[in-house]
Amino acid sequence: MIRALPVLASVVLLAGAGGCRRQPDSDAARWESLPPVDARDLRPLDVFQRIEDPAQRSRALFLETSRVYLHPRCSNCHPDGDSPYQDSGETLHNPPVTRGPEDKGVVGMECTGCHQEKNLELARVPGAPNWHVAPRSMAWVGKSPRELCEQLKDPERNGGKTLAQLVEHNAHDALVGWGWAPGSGRQPAPGTQAQFGALVAAWVATGAQCPSEEARP
Amino acid sequence: MSIRVRVNGVEQELDVDPEMPLLWALRDVLGLTGTKYGCGQALCGACSVHLDGQVVRACVTPIRRADGREVTTIEGLSPDGGHPLQRAWVELGVPQCGFCQSGQLMCAAALLAKKPQPTDADIDQSLAGNLCRCGTYTRIRAAVKKAAGVPDSK
Repeated sequence: MIRALPVLASVVLLAGAGGCRRQPDSDAARWESLPPVDARDLRPLDVFQRIEDPAQRSRALFLETSRVYLHPRCSNCHPDGDSPYQDSGETLHNPPVTRGPEDKGVVGMECTGCHQEKNLELARVPGAPNWHVAPRSMAWVGKSPRELCEQLKDPERNGGKTLAQLVEHNAHDALVGWGWAPGSGRQPAPGTQAQFGALVAAWVATGAQCPSEEARP
Repeated sequence: MSIRVRVNGVEQELDVDPEMPLLWALRDVLGLTGTKYGCGQALCGACSVHLDGQVVRACVTPIRRADGREVTTIEGLSPDGGHPLQRAWVELGVPQCGFCQSGQLMCAAALLAKKPQPTDADIDQSLAGNLCRCGTYTRIRAAVKKAAGVPDSK
């Protein structure tokens, strides 16, 4: 108890000083001016038109898309280690799998040893074409929206894609599309793949600006 | 729908629902009961077989995926039970109840085909999806190493 007192005193002092809380920045203010949206939906593209400055609009668009990128249906297979996550993103994949040399599992435990090209409703095993885990360079679990934004623009860390290819991938890739049709009661990513693709395209068209480090959707 | 599949070296033509799990086709249609039904959800590994050499969980693999391809089950691992893994299994008395062992052997065989000198980590990672409720894991690992000719220091 005596040893804990200095720690407790520090906590009280920090709390009294208001801690490290930052004031909302202009991006956050712009963001808050947008109409609220259900967690299951994405804001339609036209509401972003009310943000006149293209750079600020671009940042707001990215924050909206970050709700998809960082949703467990997407981020679970962009893990920060060698094993993907499952469910809400707090538990590692069961059975315990590792990415292996080509991000498709190890011999005997390849992803496609269980995952088929479509969901299996009776067995509840999710499936889509080319089921695999994202390369380590494309990990984004634990990243802030800004960190993720910078990463997505970097071909070294986005799978070697141009921004145009990134739009195409997000809008039409079948494995990405699984995020909106995960089956077996899993919570899908917000909105639809078409909406997401349109938002990503609009983000690119407005200069692919990244939000501030503090900005959150 | 007619499915043509080569099972343990024998051409088979199966008139079954293309969505039928491969495990059902093997056990109930072809009578190859060495491959076991465990969980039905690809969580235990008891139904592991080879599809063109790759380990798949037969309980969640639609038979249509095997059309025109080669399936190997525990019955086809060797003609006489003489695969180095099977010999090691016997010499070390690996199984207890034995239910999971065909799946363990099929996974281990795929591992050795790709990595003839596996490390402990290789074995653990490749067999991580094969559960043994009797807890024979240490004997399984020792037998894989024995079959591979890797010294088992433990």
